[in-house]
Formats: sequence, structure tokens, C-alpha cells
Amino acid sequence: MTVENILEIKNLKTYFSLDKDRVVKAVDGVSYVVPKGKTLGIVGESGSGKSITALSVLRLVDEPGEIVDGEILFKGEDLVKKKVSEMRKIRGNQISMIFQEPMTSLNPVHSVGKQIKETLHIHEDLIRQEANHKALDLLKLVGIPSPEKRLTQYPFELSGGMRQRVMIAIALACNPELLIADEPTTALDVTIQAQILELIKELQAELHMSVMLITHDLGVVAETCDFVAVMYAGKVVEYADVDTLFESPKHPYTVGLLNSLPRHDIKMEELTPIKGMVPSPFEMPEGCRFAPRCPFATALCQEKLPDLEKKENGQEVRCWIYTDEWDGEEVKVYEPNATT
Amino acid sequence: MANQDEKLVKSEASFMRLRTSPKMRSLKGFYRKLKRNRAALVGGYLIILLMIIATIGPFFLSHGINDVDYTVRLQPPSSEFWLGTDHNGRDIFSRIIYGAQITLIVGFLSVIFGGVAGVVIGIVSGYYGGKIDAVIMRIMDVLLAFPGILLALAIVSILGPSIINVIYAVAIYSVPSFARIVRGSTLATKELEYVDASRALGASDFRLIFKHILPNVTSPLIVQATLSIATAILTASGLSFLGLGAQPPSPEWGAMLNDGRGYMYDSGYIALFPGLAIVLAVLAFNLFGDGIRDALDPKTK
Amino acid sequence: MFKFIVRRLLQLIPVLFGVTLLVFLMLHITPGNPAAILAGEGASQETIDNVANRLGLNEPLHMQYIYFVMDAIRLDFGTSWRTGMPVADEIGSRFWVTVELAVYSTILSVFIGIIAGVISAVRRYSFTDVGIMLLALFGLSMPNFWLGLMLMQWFAVQLMWVPASGWGSASQVILPVIALGTAGAAIIARMTRSSMLEVISQDYIRTARAKGTKERVVIYRHALRNALIPVVTVVGLQFGYLLGGAVLTETVFAINGLGRLVVDRIASRDFPVIQASVLIIATLFVFVNFLVDISYRLLNKRIDLD
Repeated sequence: MTVENILEIKNLKTYFSLDKDRVVKAVDGVSYVVPKGKTLGIVGESGSGKSITALSVLRLVDEPGEIVDGEILFKGEDLVKKKVSEMRKIRGNQISMIFQEPMTSLNPVHSVGKQIKETLHIHEDLIRQEANHKALDLLKLVGIPSPEKRLTQYPFELSGGMRQRVMIAIALACNPELLIADEPTTALDVTIQAQILELIKELQAELHMSVMLITHDLGVVAETCDFVAVMYAGKVVEYADVDTLFESPKHPYTVGLLNSLPRHDIKMEELTPIKGMVPSPFEMPEGCRFAPRCPFATALCQEKLPDLEKKENGQEVRCWIYTDEWDGEEVKVYEPNATT
Repeated sequence: MANQDEKLVKSEASFMRLRTSPKMRSLKGFYRKLKRNRAALVGGYLIILLMIIATIGPFFLSHGINDVDYTVRLQPPSSEFWLGTDHNGRDIFSRIIYGAQITLIVGFLSVIFGGVAGVVIGIVSGYYGGKIDAVIMRIMDVLLAFPGILLALAIVSILGPSIINVIYAVAIYSVPSFARIVRGSTLATKELEYVDASRALGASDFRLIFKHILPNVTSPLIVQATLSIATAILTASGLSFLGLGAQPPSPEWGAMLNDGRGYMYDSGYIALFPGLAIVLAVLAFNLFGDGIRDALDPKTK
Repeated sequence: MFKFIVRRLLQLIPVLFGVTLLVFLMLHITPGNPAAILAGEGASQETIDNVANRLGLNEPLHMQYIYFVMDAIRLDFGTSWRTGMPVADEIGSRFWVTVELAVYSTILSVFIGIIAGVISAVRRYSFTDVGIMLLALFGLSMPNFWLGLMLMQWFAVQLMWVPASGWGSASQVILPVIALGTAGAAIIARMTRSSMLEVISQDYIRTARAKGTKERVVIYRHALRNALIPVVTVVGLQFGYLLGGAVLTETVFAINGLGRLVVDRIASRDFPVIQASVLIIATLFVFVNFLVDISYRLLNKRIDLD
């Protein structure tokens, strides 16, 4: 393998201690890599820990959350061990992040221009005119109409899609090597969603960035990502390149997600939602966390947590079915042409 | 006809059940939160302590409130006079204990008077709305235009100085805040579906107000009442300090401060202890009020 | 914005009408015949009638009210029943003393309150936070007249650092301003803290951190600016509260202000002076709140869409 990884997360654990005896293990031993220049999609239901993992990368997890274990290697350097001041030099500069809620992610009392220029001033030694020019260029880059006017406008004067473009402009201000997009389109109208995703894709190619795209929407993944990590209840259950994942998904949860998605490439008669609910963070199953909802679960699944194991094509899966220890009958987890 | 009534009673009962069960649960949660809130507990215990002192304290005192004895005037604290004596040789500790009664009575009575008036005004305003609401709320705005102690001062200047008039003055002064809170809650409750439903079933205004609207304003009302007592104690003692409330030789704490002012240059404790008593009483109600507000706030865990 | 100001100005009319009516009625709802009060005890019926005529008390009530308002607009409040001097002259300079006291105290409470509130919010749940909030609770629960007495006892009588009474020099101003401003500082500190805590959990604060902004800049440039907007509304209320509270502080420190004048004249039932003072303070408070509303609106304009 000669693909270089810009980011390698190894056994990351981010816990929230609510009080003495209640700890939420939001991220519980997560490992995945973001290959350089590629887009990694992170998929999972809300509460799966995908956003907390992303925030952990920038060390922006709010109290009482805390990274308790693991490594986050960015270009080979462990971000967990960085000093706060060193982290600040990385944030918004080498790694940028855009968030789910464009309506509330911009500061209402500062103009758009000021908020873009702030990032520039923090990381680059620019005089005012240069910063003004650059801010204008950035607004043009993200495709905002009449950018000159926007510089002096306040967030409330812009629509949601427009604000997300401004957020992207802020994120791109210092040519980051890694862009983390945390559900960037969830809060937007469907037409705007497509535009924003398209914009991120274009900019990635143009600026040779690596992108980590967090979403709960497999459709978005299929369109934009090169690799996918599927997360469930604080753990990665499957990791693969996008083609492998859609052609031969291995983990029953991934299959469940795919079956609940309308697809154009294969014929489907009906959508099957995954039964049951995400386990409460206080009552995590002892064995495989998906076992209570899994149609194939056996006694082994209830008792012991499987490891994330490498398969062919670099695919990784956390499921007993694909191990020698499997105690059930042979099962076909995924049948692409089951309906016709 | 009887059938109709029965139906009404039944559906009302089911509405009440629907509403009581979560209410009971929230009441339990409320106590749990309150117990975890240390400040509220301290405030609550202080209030109980104050009440005990005010009711049975006087029976245990060896000095009367007006035992004037010029041979022991302006004595510093000692084993006989725990907090010293004033310029008339009266025991300050005993006077403060007696004063607790006056303070609590003034605090509670003025808030009860003001609270009841405020609740009625607020419900009428919120429930009937329209012109009545507009007029009442403008009147409340007018009362609120007299800042702080000024309104109480103006009322006392009309009625004449006395502790009873202070109660009326403080009561009137606390009406607008109650009226506003109750009006807001009434407006919100009025729109709820079960209220609409029971109205459709022919429940009378009176019944709606007592069965549905009043129970819903209880919690903000309790918070407001507790905090109002704190303000009432401050205002009343202020008026007495100005010589417009309780008159000497009353052991009202503000009046004691006014009385002893002339001697505090030499005997600082004369002004120290009655003031501390006021701080303690006000603090108790503020702590408790803050605590129950936090406990009732769904945002805090 | 212009429309908002006009609408808000129109709303002042009923309030000012009510305030003047209430103050006007003070004289008439007071027990006893005002003319008899002025004429003094044991005055003959003839004297009382004369007094009533001179004061216009025999006119119909609504005419009396109209005259009262017309005179008040020209700042003519009649003559004092006690001194016989024009009320406007008696009030004049004292009014400014009270305003000065209230303004200085407001400035103090805003300054201390905001700083304490920010520190408390930033060090949430720390020893400092608990300490500041306990102090604030005490400040809130302390009668300003008692605090005044204690400050006077310590700093004027015992330590003799400052004079115990009067108004004018900086050393005379300091104790009354602390006595009056403490409660306000406590209220503003609590308000600022909760407002800051609310703002700090907002998405845009996370955005600011994600840019690599220093924590100090996050607090002051991003959080505080937003957190102060609701605090502005309390400042107006505080100013009014302090105008009222000045009555007590002025009495403690023997300051010749409007508040002390009112208290002095209540005993002698000098109604023209009392009415004029109450009316002036209430009117001032109404206008301060009007200005606060407008500035809140201006500050908030960037947030509200409508």
C-alpha cells in the first residue's frame, strides 16, 4: 500500500463524565484513516459518536467530554499530545471544520467579512488590504453572488445556504490540508444540499484537500466519498472503499442501512428499516453493540464484542459472522437481488 | 341532561388524569432536584429556623423588649447581653428575636395581599384579554414607573407612617410583578388543547380558571412569592429605617437601626446586629427562591 | 427603526398620563381635607375655605388635574407648604445630586457586575465562581442603608479615610456610591454570568474556536458582545431602582438630594414637594427605560430578521 494517510485515528476514546458514576462513552475505541487527497465518509445514526470523533480531532470537545485514550496522527504527529497553543496553530489553518447548523454557526454581531478575515489574521501575517482582497477572493471561490456587498453584511441578512458558503469560505481561508465537514447539508433545503456538496467536491479537487464528511445519509456518501467508515454506538463497525461497501457490505448494520435507502442501481420492492433503537449510552450491551437489533445474532454475539478485522480489498468489519469462531449457521447477510 | 353532566364529569376526570400523572412525576423530580440543590436546602432550613425563632423564641428570653435600664446602656456584647445593649440599656439580642416576628409577618402578609391581588388581576387580564387586558396592563405599567422603594414611599406619604400602612404599601408595590407572571401563564394555558376541549364541553369560566389555569401558574407563582418576600423585607425595613414604618420603641429591625444610628460611632454593634438579622432573613428567602426556580427549570438537570 | 421609535413614544402617553394622574390624586386620596392640613390645626372654617380657594381646590377635579399637568410641563409645582418657597427652587439642585448619585452607582454596578459575571462564567463551578456568586447573593440581600452605615462606621469613623457625610468631593462620593451600587452590581453579575454561559454553548463560539482563536479573544470578542445584549435591559431597571434606593442612601450619608427631601417632607405633609419629586423621578425613569428599549433594539437589530 503506497497510499499516504493524512489522518490516522487509533483506538480513540472520548468519554463524558456526567457525574461520579455516569460516564457516557461517546467514542469508544475508534480507529480509521483518511487517505491523503481523498474523501472519507463517516456514516452512522445520531448518537453513534461520529461528530464527537470529528470534534476530538480538533480537540474541541466541550466539557465534560474528554479524550481519555488513543492517538490522532495528523501527518504522523499525535494531536492528542499537542499543547493547546500548538493546537490553535493547526485549527483553521491545517485542519478546518464546518458544522451542521449554518444558521447559528456564524457570530451574529460581526460582519461576514470580519469573520472571514479573523481566520486570516490569526494564521497569516497580512496587512489589512491583503486580508480584504483575500476575503473577497474566498467569497468568489465559494460562489457567493455579489461578494463585495456580502463582506459588510451580517449573518442575519443571508440565507442558510449562503451562510454555509460563508462557513466554507472561512474554513478554506488558510488552504487547509484536511477539511472536516460535520453534516454540512443536513439543515439545508434539498436543492441547496446538492449545491453545497458539489461545491465541496469541486474545491477538494481544486485545492487538493483531504475531506472527512460526516453524514447519516448513504446517498451523500455514494456521490461524494472515496472511502467510508460506518459507526455504531461509539465504534467503527465497517470500513471500506466506497465501491466495495456498496457492492458487498459485510456488517449486518451496514446492510440494514443500505436496505433502508432507496436505490436506483438495483431493483427493490420495499425499504426495510432497521428494527429497534440505538442502545442507551448507560445500558450498552456487553457483547456486540448491534446484537440486540441484529437478525443474525447468536449467543456469542450477546457475550463477546468482536474485533475490527481486515478482509480482502482493505475492507474491515467488526462482526463474528466473518470469523472462525462463528457459532451460527452459514448466513447470507447481503443479497443484492433478493427481490427479483 | 343528567347524562350530559355525567359525560362532562367523566371527560374532565380523564383530562385531569392525563395531566396529573406527568405532574406527579414532575413533582417527585422537583423534590429530587430541590434536595440536590444545596443552596435551596440551606435557604429552606434558614426560613424554618426563622419561623421557629419568631414563634417560640420570645418565651426563652430573660430580657423584655422594653426593659429600659440606664445603668447598663451601650454595653458591648457579654454573657448577659449576648449582642450588647442599646442607648436605653435594652438587650439587643432579645429585641432582634422579637423583631423576627414583625419582619416575617410584614413579609408574608404584604406578599399574600399583593400576591392575591396580582393573581386575580393577572388571570382576569390574561383570560378575558382585549380591552380589559390592555387597560389593566397599562395600569400595571404605571405602577412599575415608580422605581423601587419610591412607590411604597408615596403610598406611605398618603396613608401616614405606620407598620400596617407599610404592609399595604409593599403589597401594592408587589402587585405588578405577580400580575405579569400570572397573565403570561394564563395566556399560554388558555391556548392548550385540553382547556379548549373542556371549554367546548361547556365548563364555566370559573371552573376553567380554578381547575386548569391556576394549577399551571403555581410553580412560577411560588418562585415569585418567595423572592417577593425577600424584597418585601428589604423595603419594609427601609421604610422603618426612614421613620415611616414601625415606630420606636418597636423592635422592628429597620427601626432599631434608625433608633441606634446616633450611637453607632461609639458602639458599632448597635447597627451591626439588626442589619445582620435583615441580611440573614433576606438571604434565606433569596436562596430558597433561587433554588426552587432552578429545580423547576426544565433546562437544569 | 423610526417606526419603532414612534410607536414606543406613543406607548409612553398612557403611562405618563397614569403617572401624572396618580401623583395628582395623592393629594386628594389622602385622608383629611388638604386645605385643612395646610391651614394647620385649629384653623377656622373661613381660613380653610380661603386656603381651598387659593389652591383652586374648589374647581372641578378634572380641571384641577389639567392645571396640574399644564403647570408641571412648565416645571411649576407651586410653593412648598412648609417653607413657602417655590417647589422648583427647592428641588432644582437636589435633583442633580440624586441623578449624580444614581448615575455613578449605575456605572459602578455595571463595571463591577460585568467583570465579576464574566470571570464567574469563564471559571464556571470553580472556587472563584462559587465565591463570586456567594458574594453576589449577599450583595443582593443587603439593605443599602445598612451597608452604608457599616461602610461609614469603618472607613469614615474608625479609619477616618473619608468624610462621613455630605456630597461633592470624590472622597465624599465614594462610600454612598458603593453602598447604593452593590446590589446592582450583584444583579448584573448574576445576569452576565447566566447570559455568558448561554452564549458560550452557542455554535458560533465553537466556530470561533475551530478557527484557532485564542480563548481570551473567544471570550471577549465573540461571547461577551452577544452576552451583553440582554444585560442592557437590566441596566435601565437598575438605574430606576437606584433612583429609588437613593432615598435611603441620602438619608444615611446626609446628602442633600431629592430623596432625603421627600423623606423630610413626608412628616410635615408638604404635598407639593412630595408630588413634584415623585413625579420627576418617575418621569425620568420612564424616559430612561424608553432609551434603553431603543438601544436594545439597535444592538439587537443585527440578530432579528423583523
